[in-house]
Amino acid sequence: MMEAPRALRVLLGLMLIGLLLFPLVGERFYIQYATKIMIMAIFAMSLDLLVGYTGLVSLGHALFYGVAGYALAMAGGDAAPSLWWSLPAAMLVSALVALVVGALVLRTSGIYFIMVTLAFAQMMYFFVRDSEYFGGSDGIYLNSKPSMSIFGWAPLDLGNQLHRYYLTLALAVATYLLLRAVLRSAFGRVLIGIRDNEPRMRSLGFPTFRYKLACFVLAGALAGLAGYLTAVQDGIMNPEQLGWHRSGEALVMVILGGMGTLAGPALGAGALMLLELQFSIWTKYWQLLLGGFIVAVVLFLPGGLGSIFARRRGGGAGHG
Amino acid sequence: MDFPTFLIQLLNGVQYGLLLFLIASGLTLIFGIMGVINLAHGSFYMVGAYLAFSLTELIGNFWLALPAGIALAVLLGIALEWLLIRHLYRRDHLYQVLLTYGLILVFEELRSILFGDDVHGIAVPALLNFSIPLTDTLSYPVYRLAMSGVCLLLAAGMYWLIARTRLGMTIRAGAVNREMVQALGINVGLLYRLVFALGVALAAFAGMLAAPVASVYPGMGNQVLIISFVVIVIGGIGSVKGALVAALLIGLADVFGQVVFPQIAGMTVYLVMAAVLLWRPRGLFGSA
Repeated sequence: MMEAPRALRVLLGLMLIGLLLFPLVGERFYIQYATKIMIMAIFAMSLDLLVGYTGLVSLGHALFYGVAGYALAMAGGDAAPSLWWSLPAAMLVSALVALVVGALVLRTSGIYFIMVTLAFAQMMYFFVRDSEYFGGSDGIYLNSKPSMSIFGWAPLDLGNQLHRYYLTLALAVATYLLLRAVLRSAFGRVLIGIRDNEPRMRSLGFPTFRYKLACFVLAGALAGLAGYLTAVQDGIMNPEQLGWHRSGEALVMVILGGMGTLAGPALGAGALMLLELQFSIWTKYWQLLLGGFIVAVVLFLPGGLGSIFARRRGGGAGHG
Repeated sequence: MDFPTFLIQLLNGVQYGLLLFLIASGLTLIFGIMGVINLAHGSFYMVGAYLAFSLTELIGNFWLALPAGIALAVLLGIALEWLLIRHLYRRDHLYQVLLTYGLILVFEELRSILFGDDVHGIAVPALLNFSIPLTDTLSYPVYRLAMSGVCLLLAAGMYWLIARTRLGMTIRAGAVNREMVQALGINVGLLYRLVFALGVALAAFAGMLAAPVASVYPGMGNQVLIISFVVIVIGGIGSVKGALVAALLIGLADVFGQVVFPQIAGMTVYLVMAAVLLWRPRGLFGSA
């Protein structure tokens, strides 16, 4: 596994301390926005597992993100269920959908894979949007937050923004540690091997399809975690959460932060969302600036923001 | 479904399919020859529709607006290729996806600044604004028939260009081996620029043709882009013949899906795609 550059790791440690202390000084709006950034960081890291480590460029990752959010919304719009079973259940739904979709889309590769993942996500988008049962294009409201009480004791109250902030932070760190452990395991090394040379891995005797499918399911389940948290945070799920702009946004985060570095995409999520916020303060036509920014990143900063640090160290860590 | 209704749906399906072919053929050529995946292709369709809308208002005549719009679309294609796309030829697909995704945001927002977010309509040109009666109560608009006719002519023209001309031969050769063609003294950069401009012009022309029947609205490009992806995945990426067959298949599946399975109408085309992929993962006419 490619280690993140030292400067990036130091920055990451400082950021974690900053995030722990941030609610002491941040206004409510910014605590809320930071929560959303950390949710997207989870989403972007899960996509990095596919794009950066296994070489599977998915343009439909929002499918698994949205499905878990809808699973929570359908499980109880008025009286939300306990987090202890609804979170694993929602992630399981995402994982199962990823298993079915993955079994189909992994038959293709390269450009077909990009287009087919996009098409499957759009299929689910239309299915949800056109169905009264799922609330149509208006979406479904979650009128209460999932409870965290166990035997009458609740460590966190998810009706409280501050508590949601710390839950999300804990889960983002847990996702990072989990993915790091996975990537350092034998399984993770096989994934990286597949990215670098799939025919060689196959001829070494690895059943690459099964490895890719397992990776796709894991990435789907973690995207589901992000989707679940979004539903809890926003209190509403609508079809746009499944739409391809959400998938595109996540890809931008991964590239911006530097794919194949885990921490990079998390930082990319922060950078992109802060830029969006700043652009939208400047002008109501902020998408014009965002689009121009994305084009500029592709042309002038192909290794992402992380490559700035790598370059200062004398380069070498660039990839792709 | 009685026969006249069936006939109307059939004609609608064929017309929609042929329109999709115009868009998808450009997309598949740009990928097949230049190796570039272009998400902004739907935006060119939208640009065409808005060009038809604004030029018709400006000039006051749809028939004059058409050639003017095509000329502008070709210029747009050349400018984009020179400014941005040519930097993507040797890059991973991922970066092509990102850059053209950024372009979509730029085009959508420019559209919003220039034309606002309202739905606009343009009148069907007077020359073709009548219908052919099928029964006492049902009739079929001639403009839609004319659209299908124009699309068929263009499909034939493309076949001739690619299969029968020297330029087409160079284009096909460029798709197989860029370096060899270059070594033979052909300006591949110019060739790619032509192919890209052709693709942009085809998508924009489709938008212009569709504007009088489908109206002109925000987001119209994205809808068409994703369906065009489905078309070229089914047809086999890079195959113009595959794009034609798949476009007709999808056009008919969509139109009849709305009649037969109205509850899941939005999903029908994707189900067709899933079925084809299970059977042939590289599409109907894709090379192995």
